Amino acid sequence: MDFIGAYSSGNLGYLFKGFLITLEVAVISIILSFLIGSLLGTIRYAKIPVLSKVVAVIVETIRNLPLLLIIFFVYFGLREVGLKLEIIPAAIMALTIFESAMISEIVRSGLNSIEKGQIEAARSSGLTYIQTMWHIILPQALKRMIPPLVSQFISLLKDTSLAVVITLPEMFHNAQGIYNGNFNFVIPLFLLVAIIYFIVNYALSLVARALEKRLDTEGKHRGRGSGKKPKSLSGQLSS
Amino acid sequence: MLDFSILTTYYDLFFKGFLTTIEVSIIGLICSFILGVIVAVMRIAPLRILNYFGTCFVEFIRNIPLIIIVFFFYHGLSVYINLSGFAAGTIGLSIYTAAFIAEAVRAGIQSVDKGQMEAARSSGLKYIQAMRYVILPQAVKIVIPPIGNQFINLVKNSSILGVVAGMELMYFADYIHEKTYVTFDTYIFAAMFYLVLTIPLSLFVNYLERRLARSY
Repeated sequence: MDFIGAYSSGNLGYLFKGFLITLEVAVISIILSFLIGSLLGTIRYAKIPVLSKVVAVIVETIRNLPLLLIIFFVYFGLREVGLKLEIIPAAIMALTIFESAMISEIVRSGLNSIEKGQIEAARSSGLTYIQTMWHIILPQALKRMIPPLVSQFISLLKDTSLAVVITLPEMFHNAQGIYNGNFNFVIPLFLLVAIIYFIVNYALSLVARALEKRLDTEGKHRGRGSGKKPKSLSGQLSS
Repeated sequence: MLDFSILTTYYDLFFKGFLTTIEVSIIGLICSFILGVIVAVMRIAPLRILNYFGTCFVEFIRNIPLIIIVFFFYHGLSVYINLSGFAAGTIGLSIYTAAFIAEAVRAGIQSVDKGQMEAARSSGLKYIQAMRYVILPQAVKIVIPPIGNQFINLVKNSSILGVVAGMELMYFADYIHEKTYVTFDTYIFAAMFYLVLTIPLSLFVNYLERRLARSY
């Protein structure tokens, strides 16, 4: 084991470059899969005659496949039928396909967890369907979705490393590049990469926990009828 | 249309890989369940130092990618011990899944009301007896669906063996694609083999979830 050699500034710089690619791919995929996943989840929740069934079949199929297979398929398989993607777009596309399916399920069960009686009550007090969803159902459902959403984002960040199989130059790929030249660097590099992943993901999970707690206490305040308007919740509404 | 000659020519490889995938999943489930329960017990045992180690294990493993754990056993330890891709992959998978199972088991045990333990203890049962006869039977019901979900994840994650020459479905799909240059159809067939395993499992877990939820 050679810690000093492994952590030379050249090597660290190379790893950092990989880390930026990891972040880039993960952030773009998180945004895309959140948007697509929300759309698909809402379609399934709304029970639109044919469309919801079609979406259900697609979502369930993707959810039950290994991400690795989807990555290979998007990069190599689609090439054969004429869709030639570069490595980074292919990685983003594969991650987005897989995570959208996962997120749509979170959104759907979040929406389903809100009692149907609330829709009926809101509708009979004169709100339109869209108003009911926007002002009554969504704010409550979002609160419940935050913990599973954040853990899904953590999964996505971790799963970015699978794109190493199509030689995406992310952090783990670069670590492999370094230790293939000198096997004394193997364990130091594994430790470093694992610790970087751990720090980022653990920080994310702490943020999620704090957010969850905060939203929860505001719910209680409202329950006691303290007349205070919860700030972050109205922020969510207007955003 | 799909080219079925790939499937008929290489069905032996597909099946060999399929069987290895099942084998890895079952070995992985058994190992990760045992390890997961041990870690869960460590986390709730009335001994601070054990709690600490249990928590560290779960939080560390859950927050790093599976591929790094697997490659740690495959490349990282290669200086000291040479593990086959199959062994490295199975060990890595088991450790990774154990962290998630530990979390599910702990949550299950802690979801049983504390008063029940106190009631059981004050009616004369020992700690172990109270666990065995009062807490665990109730916890099992809560724990089964999440463990089922982890098993589905395990089946899907077993594809990681494909990148360390673990000779399972993903590995052979890759092999066939490199040999024939037919990629699209090969991966579609591999996907079907995975779905044959995971879709019935998902339906079964869903059924269990609903069934156990009703029994309260």
